[in-house]
Amino acid sequence: MQRRRFLQGTGLLAAGQILPISLVELAFAEAGQNFAFAYISDSHIQHIKGSQFVRNWDRGLIRAVAETNLLSPKPDFIVFGGDLAQLGSKEELDHGAEMLSALKGKVHHVMGEHDYYLDLGEYWSRLFGPHYYSFDHKGVHFVVLNSILTDDDWIYRRWPTPQQRMAEMAGLDNPNGSPFMVGEKQRQWLKDDLAKLDRTTPLVVFSHSPLQKIYKGWNFWTEDAEEVQNLLKDFRKVTVLYGHVHQIQYNRIGAISFNSVMATAWPWPYPTAYAQAGEVHLPKLTVPMNRADPFFERDATGWQFIDMASGNVDLHYTLYENRSRVVRFNPQTGQPEDSVYQTESARMAPQNHY
Amino acid sequence: MYTLFPPDLRARIAARFHRRHLISALIILLLLFLWPALGLVDPLGLPPVPIPPDNPQTEAKIALGKKLFEDVRFSSTGKVSCATCHDPAKSFTDSPLKVSEGIDKLTGTRNAPTVVNAAYLTSQFWDGRSPSLEDQALHPFLNPVEMGLPNHDPIVKIARTDPEYAKAFKEVFGKSGDQVTMKEVTQAIAGFERTVLAGDSPFDRWYFGGEKSALEPAQVRGFQVFVGQGRCVSCHVVEQTQALFTDNRFHNIGVGINAIQSQVPALAGAFLEAKAKGANVDIAVLTDKKTSELGRFAVTSQFDDLGGFKTPTLRNIALTAPYMHDGSLASLRDVVNHYDNGGAAKAGNKVNDFLSGGIRPLGLSDAQKDDLVAFLLSLTSPQYAAPTQPAAAPKKK
Repeated sequence: MQRRRFLQGTGLLAAGQILPISLVELAFAEAGQNFAFAYISDSHIQHIKGSQFVRNWDRGLIRAVAETNLLSPKPDFIVFGGDLAQLGSKEELDHGAEMLSALKGKVHHVMGEHDYYLDLGEYWSRLFGPHYYSFDHKGVHFVVLNSILTDDDWIYRRWPTPQQRMAEMAGLDNPNGSPFMVGEKQRQWLKDDLAKLDRTTPLVVFSHSPLQKIYKGWNFWTEDAEEVQNLLKDFRKVTVLYGHVHQIQYNRIGAISFNSVMATAWPWPYPTAYAQAGEVHLPKLTVPMNRADPFFERDATGWQFIDMASGNVDLHYTLYENRSRVVRFNPQTGQPEDSVYQTESARMAPQNHY
Repeated sequence: MYTLFPPDLRARIAARFHRRHLISALIILLLLFLWPALGLVDPLGLPPVPIPPDNPQTEAKIALGKKLFEDVRFSSTGKVSCATCHDPAKSFTDSPLKVSEGIDKLTGTRNAPTVVNAAYLTSQFWDGRSPSLEDQALHPFLNPVEMGLPNHDPIVKIARTDPEYAKAFKEVFGKSGDQVTMKEVTQAIAGFERTVLAGDSPFDRWYFGGEKSALEPAQVRGFQVFVGQGRCVSCHVVEQTQALFTDNRFHNIGVGINAIQSQVPALAGAFLEAKAKGANVDIAVLTDKKTSELGRFAVTSQFDDLGGFKTPTLRNIALTAPYMHDGSLASLRDVVNHYDNGGAAKAGNKVNDFLSGGIRPLGLSDAQKDDLVAFLLSLTSPQYAAPTQPAAAPKKK
């Protein structure tokens, strides 16, 4: 009747999977160039009233922050991948920012739709800075995109109140919703930003939505994904990291690797499990997560630390009440692969008892 | 400690047999008596006891294990046996001690977990650092604050040379002299421990036996809190046919670690470093209070296990105060309040950052708390509640 034992063979050390304490030393010519960063995303801090917030979402973020602070050596920086708030309010963003302030290290923020559609990112920007930007770190070029924009008509002319606009964009399978996009202005900026770079520079792009088309109904989707991919495809080592989907996904399209990061709030099911979904393009490489156990509120949520030693992304998922997973870039096959479960024969059995 | 067949039933069974079947009947009767002794009859509310294939139960092995369990010679002072901290008269704990006392009144860091129903656990010790009863039995002998032996040699020597033991090991394992090792010693102890069971409580008679009057109305209401608003059953599992009251998992419920929150990064780092250099986990967690509070993390080095401890059974809980891995909560009411506060002994205290999901304020009323405690009192098995001779008689004859 055992539901799932995340550690087989109790009493044994989970060798090789211990604290992510030592980073792989290779790849960059100079060892000093090796680095790792942490990635926390999708906390969906939700205001109830007064000083009350949804406790479950608070606990998820608090725990991820506390664990990130345990990393040794310390990550070079931390990325927050968007959807810090649930409905974009000042209260939510302030409360989230306060919890994030416990992080030891520089935090780079990515805009999520739940942060944006109330005031179009104005208050968020006062807390965290520009909506899109780039920076360089130890030889890697990082780009942060605001990928959750949509067309001006929907944003400016369709809704009587900002609150309704926010609520419409927050829903799944909402016929009143609108597909995400990076937009022409930002694509032009990206083109200019990348023009300065040598094509051998390792490139990492952070976006909230996947810069690929998976399932439109839940906006696991970016409308102008192909145009953005076109701007990235000539780089030798290029990775897109995205939140929003609250589940493990990874993919390779042409020369571009894609990796999702987990939510600290709740897991989403895979859209392939949704009978009414219609057309779903779940990335073929992805070995899905096993289903979360509803007894445990933190199950199938988590955070990740990312090892950049190879110039590609090795992504270590820290999953609560569940087996942690590592998705590494495999230089032989040229694609991201799960370090344990990639082959059909190595898959873990799905959870079938509650 | 076992339910015997009532005499009238035995008589009726025997009467069904014709005189010429007397011998068969006698054999059957003999088996009927042997089954419970071999642990083959499951008390109400318990599944069959898992028996490892390489350590089958025999009556002689169980008796030998009991004798070893109670032998004070297996300690450096000659005064401490397994039964010192796992006293049959106290449901195999050392209630009312907060943390156990070993040799020379030295104290450890943890409240003695009961042996009762340990046979069903998938790992042993509060942090699960041992995978089996056989392995578990090796460690307290050598821990400096428990039985304090420098190594297992003194035990093996007594087992080989004491005439009663020599005879028993020969009978049970067919081994003598140098062939008797800690393997046989711990197999016998584990064999005995697999007979230390508790079912047949008023709750079992009510829930599994359909005996409506077995519980008081307050206890019935308390069970509804247990499976409902109290959310106890999420970890203290009750199933359709059995109730072990544990999920065999480890949870950070805000006991112990709440007090050392700001020190966790330093403590966790220092512990991992010491462990990498070969420090003994068993000794570290029982001799250093702060290291102890790292919980399951000390075993697995996983973030997810910080401050996590194994879900204990709730059987005989009325007999085993104080509670939690550190004995920090004096009464069942205190325990209920701790959970009601969402993982803090006092309302309003800060909970720790690593708190397990599912631990959250419950909003129980005083009446619900009273009922829940009343329900917990229904989990006492009769042979422990009013200890009968075999269950109570500890120590020497």
